Amino acid sequence: MVRRAHHERVLMTSPNPPEMRTTVDFFLHHWLNIDSLTSRSRFEDHSRETFSAVLDTAEQIAADKYAPFNREVDNEEPRTETNQDGTLRVVLPRATHEAWAAYAGSGMLAAAQDYDLGGMQLPYVVEAAANMFFSRASISISWALLTTGNANAIMAHGTPAQKEVFAKNEFAGRWAGTMCLSEPQAGSSLSDIATRAVLDDENDSLGPRYRLFGNKTWISGGEHDVTENIVHLVLAKIPDENGKLVPGTRGISLFIVPKFLPLPVGEVARAFSPARDAGAGEGKTAVDKDSNVAFPHRHSVPPLPEGEGKTRNDVVLAGLNHKLGWRGTPNTLLNFGEGKFKPLGNAGAIGYLVGKPGDGLRCMFHMMNEARIGIGLAATMLGMAGYEASLQYAKDRKQGRPITGGSTSSPRAEKNAEQPPVALIEHADIKRMLLAQKSYCEGAMALLLYCAKLVDETHTGAEASAAEAKLLLEVLTPIAKSWPSENCLEANSLAIQIHGGYGYTRDFPVEQYWRDNRLNMIHEGTHGIQAMDLLGRKVVMEGGKGLTLLATKINDTIQKAFHIPELAEHAQSLARALQHVGAATKSAWSTGNPNEALANAVPYMQAFGHMVLAWVWLDVALALVHEARVDTRADQQVVGAGLTALSESADEARLIPAFAGTRLPADGGSFRDGKLAACRYFFAYEVPKIEAWLAVVKTRDMTCANISADAL
Amino acid sequence: MKVLVPVKRVVDYNVKVRVKADNSGVDIANVKMSMNPFCEIAVEEAVRLKEKGAATEIIAVSAGVAQCQETLRNAMAIGADRGILIETDVELQPLAVAKLLKAVVDREQPQLVILGKQAIDDDANQTGQMLAALLGWGQATFASKVEIEGNTAKVTCEVDGGLETISVKLPAIITTDLRLNEPRYATLPNIMKAKKKQLDTLKPADLGVDVTPRLTTLKVEEPPKRKGGVKVADVAALIDKLKNEAKVI
Repeated sequence: MVRRAHHERVLMTSPNPPEMRTTVDFFLHHWLNIDSLTSRSRFEDHSRETFSAVLDTAEQIAADKYAPFNREVDNEEPRTETNQDGTLRVVLPRATHEAWAAYAGSGMLAAAQDYDLGGMQLPYVVEAAANMFFSRASISISWALLTTGNANAIMAHGTPAQKEVFAKNEFAGRWAGTMCLSEPQAGSSLSDIATRAVLDDENDSLGPRYRLFGNKTWISGGEHDVTENIVHLVLAKIPDENGKLVPGTRGISLFIVPKFLPLPVGEVARAFSPARDAGAGEGKTAVDKDSNVAFPHRHSVPPLPEGEGKTRNDVVLAGLNHKLGWRGTPNTLLNFGEGKFKPLGNAGAIGYLVGKPGDGLRCMFHMMNEARIGIGLAATMLGMAGYEASLQYAKDRKQGRPITGGSTSSPRAEKNAEQPPVALIEHADIKRMLLAQKSYCEGAMALLLYCAKLVDETHTGAEASAAEAKLLLEVLTPIAKSWPSENCLEANSLAIQIHGGYGYTRDFPVEQYWRDNRLNMIHEGTHGIQAMDLLGRKVVMEGGKGLTLLATKINDTIQKAFHIPELAEHAQSLARALQHVGAATKSAWSTGNPNEALANAVPYMQAFGHMVLAWVWLDVALALVHEARVDTRADQQVVGAGLTALSESADEARLIPAFAGTRLPADGGSFRDGKLAACRYFFAYEVPKIEAWLAVVKTRDMTCANISADAL
Repeated sequence: MKVLVPVKRVVDYNVKVRVKADNSGVDIANVKMSMNPFCEIAVEEAVRLKEKGAATEIIAVSAGVAQCQETLRNAMAIGADRGILIETDVELQPLAVAKLLKAVVDREQPQLVILGKQAIDDDANQTGQMLAALLGWGQATFASKVEIEGNTAKVTCEVDGGLETISVKLPAIITTDLRLNEPRYATLPNIMKAKKKQLDTLKPADLGVDVTPRLTTLKVEEPPKRKGGVKVADVAALIDKLKNEAKVI
């Protein structure tokens, strides 16, 4: 795991100064005060130093192994070749293999795990922040987050043997993971899946062993040779005593279906013993166990000897999906149990039951908040990539002349053709499009990091605080996933617009960002499903407790902002928006008819999301204004504001002296100006949309719901 | 064999530096700092020597402000075993650093000191050579390949027009060039391990070294902006301009 591009980078000045990092550091340390997490026992070995070192490593690997190959993995779409035995294999660019090796070798896959699992007990919020750099550099070159998600589900619901064999190898980067949910006839509607699981041996050492038969589609990373083995997590139904599949989601169970069957448990330990591991890396035998060199060469572990643990399971690639974007990740159709291979003598894909029969959905969706925050971050980082590219382009590209002339008595616009052309960024409309992107993407980033910190709160906070964070996440997660998917996609559209015709060509990166981002409104729960989840469940559950809690948080920010002259007007707008959302929620459900209430769930979610983002921006602005005041007093006290109040006590803050020394970046003036302008933009241009969206919700407008199919 | 690796904290190579308004130097307030890339290569080389069994202990040493600790932690995350910080707020010039390093060498008695050939901030390219002179050791500079054979180091050095392979008796000084290796990343588990490694802090006075600057910086300026080109009518005009305006022929 070396840094090939390092040499070149030393020799030339990078075109991209690390500006996003400044914003990330500001959100993490100033606004969210994540350094307070180090006072909790799980994170007590950490400090701001270790958090920064993780982000440094992520930034470096992303710059060396991801960003330079983003276009290549788009151009060289995965393709299949036929093996000698007639099965298909997926061919991927070399860069894809190297990106995986660098990511896995860095320890990112296991970052959040316990030390004894090779992890660093990293808070989720820092892990999420680190992953942002990879997403921004190339969203599709790696599907590592699927592997982490897969291993996490096994850690939560698997048997000790399943954790030892499957999760550990995934965290170490030897094996990759997938999530197999959809089937050709069952996409969003999982209750209709038809994959059958028939009991084979109740007493296998890896858990009750079943034979699976069926087809799965949309499986990212379903087939490749980037890793030695692939661990499929598969939803399937166990037939009842009459051989029938139970309708609905209750009959769904979760299975581990590995591409190659692992060794019997006892022998696994031997095969992956430290001695074998040490021999694999170059010259590592001379080094003691505690030294630093155990991990870097992990990816060079040779495959198991032929025959040993190489029993091919009866799961084969049926074909690839050819996608609009996100092309670096192979997306597959898989056939289970078609008899191509006969593991242990019979046809049928061998799968080991995870958790209890019928408990599959709960096990699979165990970390749904994290998964959805992950999608939101992906959308946000694609937005950021487009913003940065179009900002650079607008500074470089000279086109057109400034408008001159005109007066109140004779309004007209003139241009002086004698003048040299100016950079695009000199034009007001270009600036509008840049500021729009900035407000969408940085605002979304702030929201997602806030949600990520709530996840840490649910795991490590005191009981009441953890319960509160959990409730708040219930309401915010649909927004965290869907708001960036829609609005940062719009940001990508504006990035293309700024480039003009060039943006529409493949000579510039922005069209790819847009294509890649278009997926995010579709996967991990479509836009429509997120909206139904929000209005149909989240805001009404427990008598609207979650919505009430969110309103309390928003009101806290409003109260603080009222006292700041430059923010008081925004505070008023936000208070109005909150009232409208509350009223619309009531009106939507006032007839108690879900068909009427949910007919306009998406406009409701759009309005709700804008209200949440307005809140986030106002709170960020509060932190900046506080910061300015602290600066003018030449005082270096903790300046965490509004949202951070969730968990921090004054005592906790005092424990973190490192935080006291942190300041705004060198160019503090323009950094602050930019953030405050993005906040103003959001309130002036976006917040007014809230009322318009809510109008149809409040009146329960049935124009769409009632139109007949024939009339369309 | 003990190996000493001096590492320098410099402005990150991604940062576009600006000259201070009063021309007294480069503005480094609140700018991202990281380890000098040539020093990273030096650490990596030492770690590889240890992996090969040629080295037993790697000591990273840095001189400068308190934040150099971060640079030392980074070196330890790459694989150094412990760190020494010589803490001072005084501006350090190459001779002062060489004297400090000599004092550390006298204490630690390493067989090999591997330094970056130069730092990307001042590009001085002096410290390694000065240290060799102060110690009276052999030196192999601009190394692109290092092999330890018993009591000698066989080092391939980059010289004008090619490569020169020399043999130096240990103890010796090696300075690294870009092609020597590709440094590994600081992995997450190793970042945590580095945090627990020993880091000692000394003051220049503890080592009996006077670090007072010997050189005075008079003025720092940005390179002149490139002027736009001109089109010439024909070859004769070009020759004329080269001869009389540019005065290069």
